[in-house]
Amino acid sequence: MNPDQLPVLQVILPLLAAPCCLLLRHSRLAWCFAVLVGCLSLLIAATQLHAIHTSTSGSISYEIGGWAAPWGIEYRLDRLGGMVLLVLTSIAAVTLSVSRRLLQDEVPEDRHHLFFAIFLLCLAGLSGIVSTGDLFNVFVFLEIASLSSYVLISLGRSRRALVAAFQYLVMGTIGSTFILIGIGLAYMMTGTLNMADLSERLTMTLGSVYAEGASIENPELPVNQTRTILAAFAFLTVGLALKLALFPLHAWLPNAYATAPAVVSTFLSGTSTKVAYYVLLRVIFTIFGVAFTFEQVGLQYLLTPLAISAILVASTIAIYQGDLRRMLAYSSVAQIGYLVLGLSFGTEAGLTAGIVHLFNHALMKSGLFLVVGCIATRQSGLTLESIRGLGRRMPLTMAAFVVGGLGLIGVPLTSGFISKWLLVSAALEDGHWLVAVLVVVGSLLAVVYVWRVVEAAYFQEPDDETPSEPRDAPAGLLAAAWVLLGATLVFGIYTDLPVSVAREAAASLMGGGS
Amino acid sequence: MGLFNYWTVIVLMMIGFYTVIARNNLIKTMIGLGIFQVSVFMLYISMGKIADGTAPIRVQPSAGNEAFYSNPLPHVLILTAIVVGVATTALGLALVIRIREVYGSIEEDEILEMDRDS
Amino acid sequence: MSPEHLVVASVLLPLISAVLVVACRQRPNLRETVTLVSGGLLLATVSLLIGSVDTRPAINLVDVIPGSIDQSAIAIGFHVEPLGLLFALVASGLWIATSVYSIGYMRSHGEQHQTRFYVCFAIAISAVMGIAFARNLLTLFLFYEVLTLSTYPLVTHHGTEAAKRAGRTYLGILMGTSIVGLLMAILWTWQLAGTLEFKPGGILDGHVDPLTAGLLLALFAFGTGKAALMPLHRWLPAAMVAPTPVSALLHAVAVVKAGVFTILKVGVYIFGTDLLSRGGSSVWLMYVAGGTLLTASLVALTRDNLKERLAYSTISQLAYIVLGISLATESGVIGSGMHIVMHAFGKITLFFCAGAILIGAHKTRVSELDGLGRRMPWTFAAFAIGSLSVIGLPPVGGCWSKWFLALGTVEAGQWPLLAALMVSSLLNIAYLAPIPLRAFLCDPADVDRDVSAGREAPLACVIPLCLTAAGCVVLFFNADPIYQFLSSVTSN
Repeated sequence: MNPDQLPVLQVILPLLAAPCCLLLRHSRLAWCFAVLVGCLSLLIAATQLHAIHTSTSGSISYEIGGWAAPWGIEYRLDRLGGMVLLVLTSIAAVTLSVSRRLLQDEVPEDRHHLFFAIFLLCLAGLSGIVSTGDLFNVFVFLEIASLSSYVLISLGRSRRALVAAFQYLVMGTIGSTFILIGIGLAYMMTGTLNMADLSERLTMTLGSVYAEGASIENPELPVNQTRTILAAFAFLTVGLALKLALFPLHAWLPNAYATAPAVVSTFLSGTSTKVAYYVLLRVIFTIFGVAFTFEQVGLQYLLTPLAISAILVASTIAIYQGDLRRMLAYSSVAQIGYLVLGLSFGTEAGLTAGIVHLFNHALMKSGLFLVVGCIATRQSGLTLESIRGLGRRMPLTMAAFVVGGLGLIGVPLTSGFISKWLLVSAALEDGHWLVAVLVVVGSLLAVVYVWRVVEAAYFQEPDDETPSEPRDAPAGLLAAAWVLLGATLVFGIYTDLPVSVAREAAASLMGGGS
Repeated sequence: MGLFNYWTVIVLMMIGFYTVIARNNLIKTMIGLGIFQVSVFMLYISMGKIADGTAPIRVQPSAGNEAFYSNPLPHVLILTAIVVGVATTALGLALVIRIREVYGSIEEDEILEMDRDS
Repeated sequence: MSPEHLVVASVLLPLISAVLVVACRQRPNLRETVTLVSGGLLLATVSLLIGSVDTRPAINLVDVIPGSIDQSAIAIGFHVEPLGLLFALVASGLWIATSVYSIGYMRSHGEQHQTRFYVCFAIAISAVMGIAFARNLLTLFLFYEVLTLSTYPLVTHHGTEAAKRAGRTYLGILMGTSIVGLLMAILWTWQLAGTLEFKPGGILDGHVDPLTAGLLLALFAFGTGKAALMPLHRWLPAAMVAPTPVSALLHAVAVVKAGVFTILKVGVYIFGTDLLSRGGSSVWLMYVAGGTLLTASLVALTRDNLKERLAYSTISQLAYIVLGISLATESGVIGSGMHIVMHAFGKITLFFCAGAILIGAHKTRVSELDGLGRRMPWTFAAFAIGSLSVIGLPPVGGCWSKWFLALGTVEAGQWPLLAALMVSSLLNIAYLAPIPLRAFLCDPADVDRDVSAGREAPLACVIPLCLTAAGCVVLFFNADPIYQFLSSVTSN
């Protein structure tokens, strides 16, 4: 395998594997094939991250079709992209390995190969978003990923999944269209779609960007001070905020994650919003730059209050949810608030905190949703009433849930503590006292909704209808859940890997593009 | 009058957006979404047109006259976006059909009522 | 084994024993043996560290927050210094006593979930060791939270609705204060000083003005919910719903002592007594502590439930220790450190007696205890000695710590607080002395009850309480080594 081809292979592999799954009619065969593809993707991502680490420029690039950038489409992977790709593919690999067992109760067996096809398409789309260095390419892959997510969500057992998928489709398409408008306006003003080239051209003056002979009113005006570019930035940010489920554009997320099949919520909760966050980081830091975003536009005055509201409001709503998945979904909205908060400081410390939290939350949330999937294999109800006494019936499963819950709260020894620490440190460094206190209050709210589950599982007696013999989740599912949640413990103690990579990624982002 | 294309875009966008938000019927929502997307297509295509430019198909340069083309790139981008739009519409309509099968209605308020009761 | 390895061993040993207890859960006798043997080994390990305390051995295990160009890394690290070693000795010694007591109590009371009890106990002791030997604030915070989480199943042991509600109060107050108060204080300290290590003389000197120091101290003091400063004291009476061995070790010795130990260590090694006394940043804390110790004693007077009365007495005694630190004088610090030891022995004796009374006579209320001393002489004699220690009269150890604390108030010129100490001692007499006196001298309240009602608790319960009572007396005569130990802290 030629190492130079890895960036494009990362995307093409799942993309071509998807129609192959269509041809493999047999459920088990399709599953094995999908798992193979997932593991290969993980391998490729790990190799690429290693290559980035050892390279001198801190990034690797590949030109599609040999056409040189900025005219051709360039795939460019730097440290941030490498890290996100690693998270994405590892969650995909773990999820795929247990997917067949989880699908058994939710999707009829003759449809499994279709499921895997769409799943691989989603993986291809997400990988493409992270790998590419061309802005329109991001839109294309974003649409691929989104469309396949809509399908995946609609496969849920209850009929509400259809409504949730439709709602997500409408909102997601509006978001994507906003992104498209933003890209169009940016292209209009600079004439390029390559991200690195775009960031250069935005700082040039109008006179130097436009062709000779063009009549311009204001040749000395820098491009990024024109109203068109401001509008482009606004459209891009709003569109991405919708994809990211940033409060108040989060309405699609709770329904989607609560009604989707267990495999889907496990996968999407750890990946789709994280990839959207990645794109937001690219747009803000690589393309438009810190000076434009934080000094000229003052985006922090919008993002910080929204992020704090997300944390507080979503955590409070989570406290009142009776359904486990819905509670975890609102918890996700709150955690996305933490991510955006780290971004909104505009400092390297804040970015580091955000990127570390991306890594940690992806593992935690996927693990938690997988635990819920484990519970679903043994009983049909997933509400606080139906998990009464579950601590005794499924001890290992609930122990995994407690570990994940402690990570959400941010108890020391979990990775959640590390990201909270970094975030509050970053806030205090800049003198944002109130923000620091509110972040900590968010942790307290998390204690409440996690403890409701703990109390129900360990302190209450089950009602007569639920089966009472102890029967823990299937071994494979449990092992996968413990891999994900054990990783939160491991990365809460041996924090060198995520934090150092995050620090380097943040430094290169703040430096203005890679 | 030079901004005629932008006005068209904005009007269409708002019509589409309004239809998406304000209409109960799911098919109408899809139609609104389609109009919304079309407005963006028009934005791209109209920006690609260069004054006095011809269609971006390469012709043999005739004596003394160099051909002046409109920008072909937006056309390419929009082709992609149209395909995406088609896929979205198809998926949306498929979902609407399934919703109709399961709920018996495609009015959003009725569906929400049914879900609230169940 | 080098001192560094011994320290790590002392933290790991109870964890290993927890694993072994789970493995032996089907064979109770083996399980109990594991607990007792571990207790002995732990005490031996900690005692071996006494010799090396002067060299202050230290070890870093793993960098939890990796360092960057402008910031040093923060690690999970341990070090040996007098305050921590003293606390570790007390906790490990009393763990053995409580284990023996628990065996007697749990078996004669027929308690459920005994394995879970012993496992959580062991994990809690491991956390206490971690707190005692913590090298920096992060390690201390880590084990502090582990202590809260591992004692939660102990508090809610009975699994009843009352236990659940008490557990909520317990967890709510402790987690709430630790996240909002202690964590914020630690992060703020990190911001100000650039380091979190405990260093003699403190790390904040030169980085804070007195007002900021006062504010930071408030975050630490109220963030350490385990020290039960009013008004964050509600969790302590609520936790009395737990079985008595839990109340005895954890709430008379380990959990609450971890709280005041934290404040003591922060006061001495983060702020430094110089900084505190110079700027007067801790004067407000003196008065809060003084208020707590008076109010809690007054409330104790009104409580008829024996364990609740003892709980409020604990809150009051903890405030003594906080007072000692806030005085920021040499005698104050010595008094605080000493009181940690003296009060531990005194209070654990009292709680052991309360449990013995419950098992032997099935009585929980003070009003029902008249005349019981005649049938339970050993228990009430020990109770008398424990009360004397808490009140602070010779020939029991508690009088030394009270002496140094009073000396500290004089050194700091805080006459109202000296008066408060005196008044509180009187109140202590008022709510503790009548119990053994009435037990021995009065006639039983219900004469027509069966004469055989009320006999001594099983031997496994009575022996530990006699031993701890004897310990109180021994400490009176052997207070000097503790004094020498502690004065090396303040002289640095």
